[in-house]
Amino acid sequence: MRIRILAVVAVLVSLLSGCGYNAFQTGDEAIKSSWSEVLNQYQRRADLVPNLVSTVQGYAAHEKDVLTQVTAARAQVGSIQATPELIKDPEAFAKFQQAQAGLSSALSRLLVVAENYPNLKADAAFRDLQAQLEGTENRITVARNRYIKSVEAYNVAVRTFPNNLTAMALGYQVKPNFSVENEKAISVAPKVDFGNAKK
Amino acid sequence: MPRALIAICFLLLSSLAGAQSLQAVPALSARVIDQTATLSADQRARLETKLSAFERQKGAQIAVLIVASAAPESIEQYALRVVEAWKLGRKGVDDGALLLVAKNDRKLRIEVGYGFEGALNDATAKRTISETIAPRFKEGDFYGGVDAGVEAIIKVVGGENLPPPKAASAGDGVDFETLIFVGFILIFVVGGVLRAILGRFLAAGAIGVVGGIVASLLVSSLLLAILAGIVAFVVSLFAGVSGLGGWSSGGMRGGSFGGGGFSGGGGSFGGGGASGGW
Repeated sequence: MRIRILAVVAVLVSLLSGCGYNAFQTGDEAIKSSWSEVLNQYQRRADLVPNLVSTVQGYAAHEKDVLTQVTAARAQVGSIQATPELIKDPEAFAKFQQAQAGLSSALSRLLVVAENYPNLKADAAFRDLQAQLEGTENRITVARNRYIKSVEAYNVAVRTFPNNLTAMALGYQVKPNFSVENEKAISVAPKVDFGNAKK
Repeated sequence: MPRALIAICFLLLSSLAGAQSLQAVPALSARVIDQTATLSADQRARLETKLSAFERQKGAQIAVLIVASAAPESIEQYALRVVEAWKLGRKGVDDGALLLVAKNDRKLRIEVGYGFEGALNDATAKRTISETIAPRFKEGDFYGGVDAGVEAIIKVVGGENLPPPKAASAGDGVDFETLIFVGFILIFVVGGVLRAILGRFLAAGAIGVVGGIVASLLVSSLLLAILAGIVAFVVSLFAGVSGLGGWSSGGMRGGSFGGGGFSGGGGSFGGGGASGGW
């Protein structure tokens, strides 16, 4: 009798792993670690901002607009509690993304402005910071791609047969993924104006 | 359900289509790979010697890749795909670096493994590119640029406190227990079956060959693989009743599959480094 119960339990357990339970756990952990890496790299970028702003200020103090925009975007990013739990809440996730996208565009505007200041561009500290910023942006891209891949793998596991039955029974749901940051900006055709060139 | 299936089909299709149009990652056959014939054989050999000497001394793996173009990807994307495929650097230490040159794009990149991100940080990598390599490339001196770049990387990274390199013959993480376990299965299970079918001598030869191949796959050392092949042959020959000799070929042939060349040690990369142009 006891042996039979044991056998049934063993079969059930093997069914569970055969139906993707283990895949969900593995995938979930993979998502968590790749998400931590994303946060890590965003943090790294946020840490660079104060130095960058103060360096640019030294040469281009009157570019107040851009500088305050960057500072404000940095503050916005800092105000969001970037915890690993963020991925569970699609709304907070979207907010986080928006804030990071805001910082991205503010920083790129800052670098465009910096192009107009030869002395700033020649400054060794600024060049180092710029290299660090470039490297960090690249790391963010890499981390985001890895996160996207791990979420994709997880979501495919959750949605395909027979795993989807297990997922339904145990309440595992599809996780939110990154969308393109500036969806709106991309879908609007760029305006080309030859009439009055800048400067 | 059908929707998921269709989605998967599309995914597979698109990944196939993507794989076709992207620039292929060359096989890691040497530390210096030049697909554009920019460097002469002699120059390649000199760089190769320098890099392999550095690996013997510090254990770190540095490679140079010169391609015509990284298009349609950016050099950063291509570089990451290359290092993800090559896995330069030791596993866990992640002490690998790649100097990638896309000649026709006039772009280059130093991709830095996690273990080197401290010493060879983005700013240092950028400076190495813009101050050491790019000026030489501008004059058309590609060997000089690559050589000076490699030299600079070695100098920066050489100061890092890394775990000492392993002795060359000690395989990569596969212990002898695995080898012996596999050997036992081969000899007593597979060997028993083969002996019944082929007769003792042929079976022993086959086991010797297979043993050698398996050993060469597990341990990347030619000598060990040959040894394992011979041992497998002898043991399986005498495993039944005693038999006669002629046991030279089995192990040797098996062993010849192993070793040689250069392979990544399993290091990982996270997109660190810098890019530049000339």
